[in-house]
Amino acid sequence: MTMVGAIPLPFHFRINLVGLLASCTILLWTLVALFAPLLAPHGIGEIVDSDYFGPMSAQFPLGTDYLGRDMLSRILLGTRYTVGISLAAVGLACFTGVTLGMAAAVAGGWTDTVLSRFLDALNSIPSKLFGLVVVAGVGSSIPVLIMTLAVIYTPGSYRFARALAVNVNTMDFITVARARGEGVPYIIGSEILPNILGPVFADVGLRFVFIVLLLSGLSFLGLGVQPPNADWGALVRENISGLPFGAPAVMFPSVAIASLTISVNLLIDNLPRKIRDRSA
Amino acid sequence: MANLVEIRDLRIGATTDAGRRVEIIKGVSFDIAPGEIVALIGESGSGKTTIALSLMGYAREGCRIEGGSVVVAGKDMVRLTERQRAAVRGTEVAYVPQSAAAAFNPAMRIIDQVVEVSRIHGLMPDDKARLRAVELFRALSLPNPDTIGERYPHQVSGGQLQRLSAAMALIGNPSLVIFDEPTTALDVTTQIEVLRAFKAVMRESRIAGVYVSHDLAVVAQIADRIVVLKGGEVQEVGSTAHILQAPSHPYTQALLAAFRPGGPPAGAAPAPLAQPVLELRDVVAGYGGLQSDGRPLVTIVKGVSLTLQPGRNLGVIGESGCGKSTLARAIAGILPAASGEILLQGKPLPSAAKDRTREQLRQVQIVFQSADTALNPAKCIADILGRPLAFYHGLKGAAAEARVDRLLDMVHLPRGLKHRRPPELSGGQKQRINLARALAADPQIILCDEITSALDTVVAAAIIDLLKELQRELGLCYVFISHDLPTVEAVCDQIAVMYAGEKIEQMSRDEVGARNHKAYTKLLFASVPKLDPHWLDSIENDPEVVAALSRR
Repeated sequence: MTMVGAIPLPFHFRINLVGLLASCTILLWTLVALFAPLLAPHGIGEIVDSDYFGPMSAQFPLGTDYLGRDMLSRILLGTRYTVGISLAAVGLACFTGVTLGMAAAVAGGWTDTVLSRFLDALNSIPSKLFGLVVVAGVGSSIPVLIMTLAVIYTPGSYRFARALAVNVNTMDFITVARARGEGVPYIIGSEILPNILGPVFADVGLRFVFIVLLLSGLSFLGLGVQPPNADWGALVRENISGLPFGAPAVMFPSVAIASLTISVNLLIDNLPRKIRDRSA
Repeated sequence: MANLVEIRDLRIGATTDAGRRVEIIKGVSFDIAPGEIVALIGESGSGKTTIALSLMGYAREGCRIEGGSVVVAGKDMVRLTERQRAAVRGTEVAYVPQSAAAAFNPAMRIIDQVVEVSRIHGLMPDDKARLRAVELFRALSLPNPDTIGERYPHQVSGGQLQRLSAAMALIGNPSLVIFDEPTTALDVTTQIEVLRAFKAVMRESRIAGVYVSHDLAVVAQIADRIVVLKGGEVQEVGSTAHILQAPSHPYTQALLAAFRPGGPPAGAAPAPLAQPVLELRDVVAGYGGLQSDGRPLVTIVKGVSLTLQPGRNLGVIGESGCGKSTLARAIAGILPAASGEILLQGKPLPSAAKDRTREQLRQVQIVFQSADTALNPAKCIADILGRPLAFYHGLKGAAAEARVDRLLDMVHLPRGLKHRRPPELSGGQKQRINLARALAADPQIILCDEITSALDTVVAAAIIDLLKELQRELGLCYVFISHDLPTVEAVCDQIAVMYAGEKIEQMSRDEVGARNHKAYTKLLFASVPKLDPHWLDSIENDPEVVAALSRR
């Protein structure tokens, strides 16, 4: 593959332009999530405009929402919910899924069968419905949201990791490790994981996007983050009635969701590569 | 008569990921006359396949033909457009790949893939092409030529598949066929069948050929002229007889020297009463659940008994599928033996690796044939060698690092390699690392499973020398499994011949060829290619061997 516009990084890494732009966008949103209270010009529930669905102006750069609240502040303060909850959920889902998947592939036999059938059963429950039922039953709180999203996305991650690990498991170096007397934890962590890391990262990126979208969907239905706080999905829902007027209040949260999810995928597709030829 | 192929000052280069420019072929020129077979010979990385592919105007991903001309039948392949090249490929120049198994589509019948060439180029109607294919199958002495095409690729043997891929190349009536190491992956007895078929067809239809190989003895049978390559440059060109008898270039001389490995290390006289290091008593191993008679569903090793004396080496020889690798796996405990006893220094060894103690596991180490898959591509060499040190000896930190350095010295690799990863090393270097990992355990016995089969002649000879040297220094024992008689002879004191899961004969090295062997052993010994260009033809005159071959 020819690298277009490769940019060298320290430690023998390099990245291309698309990857660099994507990682800058992600870095920007992460900083916003961390420092939102310092950046936001107004409070989260503060009604600052006498009009609703106000246009973009010097005073309110992204307009105002259906109650006359400052959209810029609400998007900035909503970032930590969208980024934080999704990140925690994707981390949990992929860690469990990948670990179990590799363990099933290496252990084989009954362990594999029992784990696979259990997670297949979990997979057969429609994800949105499952989310609705749990949140409706237990009530909406941030830990509940994280756990629900993680449970929904674990089986897919498990299937993916198991399929990859089964292939690596047949290689001779695994046989050598078994003949040496190594246990399952070592084989999983040191022999298999480094060989499936690339695809697993790609899967994490994809799953992150799904989770952001599902979280936004749940918030859109009113089951996600509760008012006056709002994540980006909730912001779209509250202001959906402004859509016929082309209100910035409904446009900008959507743009924020799009920029984050697209950037994550572009970064995963253009991860920094280590330069293998170092004789130059 | 005009030459069919004229290559002039061919230059092929590539750009690495750090932007460094590398020259792969540095100004190569040679000619091929119509009907002549020219062999390209050299070690891996010498550019022989790259040159062969340039005859079709093709450069592999990332490479570029940068200069010179490749004129085939009056057309300069370098200057043709891609569309014009596609028209030439298959009709004037055809290609037989190294691994026929990877070159056939497993989901299509063989005949459909063979006639595809004529269909793509619109050469003849399909039913005519099928008749021509059957003719070719017959010419290549395939069994059941009328029906073999109806099978799928997995339903024929490796040697048959290689001949079928030659049929695929020949169906377009090319004037030049490129053979890219077509017999390297086959064992000696199969190699003979394939070579005989190739030679007969090529001679009969007067097709010119380019034969890429690293095996001088194979090339000697089939080629009229030999081009010796090293580092992308032609070292020597000459007729086959000339190259074999009077090689002028040092590299060619090294190639020839590598072909005659020396004898095994002169050990002390065997102490007859010494306790055997390893003893196998009636070992049975196979796959699938145990049946009511106590045998596995598919029995691969059928009651083999062997003994290995201290400081001695045992060779196990036989064709692919005879159970020799399965035997090694049973000894290592990877595939637990179904019945029989394995004794290590007189003490019985549990059959499964997971039941053995760490100390027992340490004593017996196994080295696999393919270093590409036996080394984890994602880990650096220091980690690969460091793990057995930590696992068996509890070595960590500076002590482990010092030991890794010593291991690299032992296998004659530069210490700087320890930060590299396996994909960055050459085949020979990887095999040395593979061996060093077994040495790291400080074992008594090393099971070598075809460790030189995937290497080219010069590199394999160096590995054999290394094995002997390590034995002198460390007092190891090897169980050396191979299909290649000369390498086994070079290393081992005792040679066991396996056929269809049974040990049919055992002899000491001095007895090879000196006594009345069983018919299969004779065939096996006769199948080892010799540097004599008339060897293949002389085989045809040996009725016993021909009879044994035609039964297969």
